[in-house]
Amino acid sequence: MTSNSYLINTTRFILLILVQVLVFNRLNFFGYINPMVYILFLYWYPLTQNRSLFIFISFLLGLMVDIFSDTMAIHAASTVTLAYLRPTIMRFCFGVNFELQNFKLTNTNRAQRITCLALMIVIHHFVFFNLEIFSYENVLLILKKVSSISLATLIMSLLLGSLFSVKKE
Amino acid sequence: MQQIINFIIRNKNFLLYVLLFTISFAFTVQSHLYHHSKFFNSANWLTGNIFQTQSNISSYFSLNEQNQKLQEENQRLRFLLFNKKEKDTVPLDSSYNKYTVIASQIIKNSFSLPKNYITIDKGRNDGIKPDMGVITANGILGIIENISPNFATVQSILNTNSRINAKIKNTNHFGSLVWDTKDYNTVQLTDIQRLVPINIGDTIVTGASSSIFPENIPIGIIKNFDLNNTQNSYHIDVALFNDMTNVKHIYVLENHHREEIQQLESTTKND
Repeated sequence: MTSNSYLINTTRFILLILVQVLVFNRLNFFGYINPMVYILFLYWYPLTQNRSLFIFISFLLGLMVDIFSDTMAIHAASTVTLAYLRPTIMRFCFGVNFELQNFKLTNTNRAQRITCLALMIVIHHFVFFNLEIFSYENVLLILKKVSSISLATLIMSLLLGSLFSVKKE
Repeated sequence: MQQIINFIIRNKNFLLYVLLFTISFAFTVQSHLYHHSKFFNSANWLTGNIFQTQSNISSYFSLNEQNQKLQEENQRLRFLLFNKKEKDTVPLDSSYNKYTVIASQIIKNSFSLPKNYITIDKGRNDGIKPDMGVITANGILGIIENISPNFATVQSILNTNSRINAKIKNTNHFGSLVWDTKDYNTVQLTDIQRLVPINIGDTIVTGASSSIFPENIPIGIIKNFDLNNTQNSYHIDVALFNDMTNVKHIYVLENHHREEIQQLESTTKND
């Protein structure tokens, strides 16, 4: 990582937390839909060899969102799970190319990127709502929340992604 | 020994993940069991100030509406004041007062989670203590849970851990007020015996056996009711007077007799 990349990731970390807690946590679309766009950080984070650091940063990110929204450590638990599973998801979506040194997200096609993002969102939300509701009498409620909020998060993430994406040469 | 160290180095990512997940899982489970989330709450310096700044800016947009609400409340209170029957003696000593009222504002509201917490802009320095009651002009809001020097979090009545003593107005039949997480305008009153005559539209107020809220603070009206599974008590849906999505000005109540009541209750229990 270059020093420039440190700067970008720190800014992204702070801005995504602020956007999440000040804007998206207050949307309450249909009374309960609050997209969790902060997981874009995990999607955009460079593909480094140092996975331990990545897992730890993701834990901090989740914990910060938790402290702001009074949800104990539910965000932290689901974000850390997603951080651990990210290489597996990416390998599944992008194939063997992912292992190569010069692999970049911008070199892949749109369908692959959307699949990858959607998978990450669904896994994160599944862990999150299982911990939040925490009872198997409410399986239907969990499924309803996972599906509707995943969709909202995916749409919002794609919009944010296209807004802040690096222009292709 | 070498093999153990090798194993740890080889699986360090997995072990780190398990460690962090266990920590967060432990905190989460603990919050489901006990209602005090001491470690992570939004009543700290950083989050409090960020929410305060945000609230300072956004409160301008609803200024008219909030002023209207406050004026309506003033009107009602003045009506009560001018039509009050004069008593012979008025105690001047403030130590006769049972309740202290502290006015405050909400800087973060939440109503879409199963466990909702509200953050307010007064804290320990303003005389706020845990377990004080919080009300608005229309009805009850919740109970103070965590405090910091300048901020406090309120456990909303829209929280699965919340249990508030409530009764049907003008009777002494009381039950507990809980929330089933389904609708933020409706809470549930349980443990009312089936012999009690109730009707749709009856008013629900706070009960006398709570040392947090004064008696007869309005909560809501009965929306519908049915008997529970064991057929011996009612399960009542209560439509709240408060619009939980739009609250700004609140009052924190301190009961001066609370310690005395608790002390008495604990000695009675021990005997």
